[in-house]
Amino acid sequence: MNLNDIQKDIVDEFSVFEDWLDRYDYLIELGNDLPEIDPAFKTNEYLINGCQSKVWLHAELVDGKVMFSADSDAIIVKGIVALLVKVLSGRTPAEILENKLFFIDDIGLSQNLSPTRSNGLLAMVKKMRLYALAYQAQSEKVKGKS
Amino acid sequence: MAFEISQVRNDFPILNQQVYNKPLVYLDNGATTQKPSVVTDTIRELYNLQNSSIHRGIHYLSEQMTGRYEHARESVRSFLNAASTNEIVFTSGATGSINALAFSFGEKYVGKEDEVLISEMEHHSNIVPWQMLCERKGARLKVIPFDDSGMLDMDALDALLGERTRIVALAHASNSLGTINPVKEVIRRAHDKGIPVMLDGAQMVQHGEVDVRELDCDFYVFSSHKIFGPTGSGVLYGKEARLEEIPPYQGGGDMVDQVTFEKTTYNTLPFKFEAGTSNYIGAIGLAKALEYIGTLGIDGIRQHEEQLISYTLGKLGEIPGLTLYGKAKERISVFSFLLENIHAYDAGMILDKMGIAVRTGTHCTQPVMDHFGISGTIRASMVLYNTTDEVDQLVRGIEKTIQMLS
Repeated sequence: MNLNDIQKDIVDEFSVFEDWLDRYDYLIELGNDLPEIDPAFKTNEYLINGCQSKVWLHAELVDGKVMFSADSDAIIVKGIVALLVKVLSGRTPAEILENKLFFIDDIGLSQNLSPTRSNGLLAMVKKMRLYALAYQAQSEKVKGKS
Repeated sequence: MAFEISQVRNDFPILNQQVYNKPLVYLDNGATTQKPSVVTDTIRELYNLQNSSIHRGIHYLSEQMTGRYEHARESVRSFLNAASTNEIVFTSGATGSINALAFSFGEKYVGKEDEVLISEMEHHSNIVPWQMLCERKGARLKVIPFDDSGMLDMDALDALLGERTRIVALAHASNSLGTINPVKEVIRRAHDKGIPVMLDGAQMVQHGEVDVRELDCDFYVFSSHKIFGPTGSGVLYGKEARLEEIPPYQGGGDMVDQVTFEKTTYNTLPFKFEAGTSNYIGAIGLAKALEYIGTLGIDGIRQHEEQLISYTLGKLGEIPGLTLYGKAKERISVFSFLLENIHAYDAGMILDKMGIAVRTGTHCTQPVMDHFGISGTIRASMVLYNTTDEVDQLVRGIEKTIQMLS
């Protein structure tokens, strides 16, 4: 499935919830199911500090694909983190950079990415794109050399 | 007119609405309060029928507006029981007032190695301006600690009031702990050593009577928007002799007497501190809010809030796993708490979707959070229009939050 299909899937999954609290229940479930981040990456070096909640993000390039792992100290935030990882992890830098993230708006969680919320999520999305950009530049440099 | 809660709620149209299809329960009054219709009607009337710049117009509207602005100053004087309207400076809010004072007082009285004394429970607005002053002057910021119940350490106070202490700047009531500080005693002890005291009344004026002459404080600040008035307006009270002796904070129109390129002389009090076109509509709106409080009667308000406080403390105390931060006996209706193993932000998000407006985080008091070794709390803050029924809804919201998150 490509990046946009996964986003559409998520939007479909959320469309069944009429009550906000059911949506949150599902996010809590996703947060709890998110694979643990390697404790070596749950350090200040990988911390994206929001004023309200903390997010940790680690990225590495494996076979041309960006692999993200992440965590948060707040469980609903962690649920949103899980969705972002699901959509963006295992993609090529180009895929990450060329596609718009629309699912957050479409499932009504955009307020969580407002700069004033200060929960670390907006900074996380920016940082995920930055990693993609850096890996892309790196691979172009490598290509240029060969 | 006696205090009648159902009537009071009708005075605030914003309260009667649904959010996410749930009745709004507004418990974020520590951040800002809602406005009664008398205030919003006044603002609309002023803009529609009277707007004109004050103090310099020769024409009818300007004279009318100037009269109302100066009448607003008199309303604030009367509210605080200040000795004279010369002691009432209109500012942009409590933050603006503290910045003005820290600059003006600091220019005159704070030098290298001097000390400014604040407390551990101050809002960032009563920390940072003084810190900036200390950095400019090579002075030191000293801090009165509080104990785990949220009470000021009065023994430490005596030791901290030293020869180099130039001013004490203290919250009258804490915005995150709810503590009402023993300010009269602090002022007495500071004055014994000849040290002036500024009180930050941002969280006090909306809850009970403040009499600056009875307190004998040298300076008192508060914001309009936290006492049912419009945003962008506030007050700096200072004893006349104190305000006389410190220099103006900002230069501009209205604060001057004579201006030449060689030298400028300043206007008299209180105008010397009101550079530029002041927020006269904000000030008049504030006066209207104070008038509104007057018609309800401060005793009725206090009685209603005391009832809210004891009811809320009882209800929160019954919730297993709830920790209350701030247990001072003398308190305002502000309650900071955490639920066991639950992040404050998660709780705030769930309560929000149940129509309950609380604030989560540090409440601009990071040192208070550091004291307890926590990253933030959930804060429910109530004022005169909140009800025990809303407390019940908060409790149901908390129970649902616990159920969802554990």
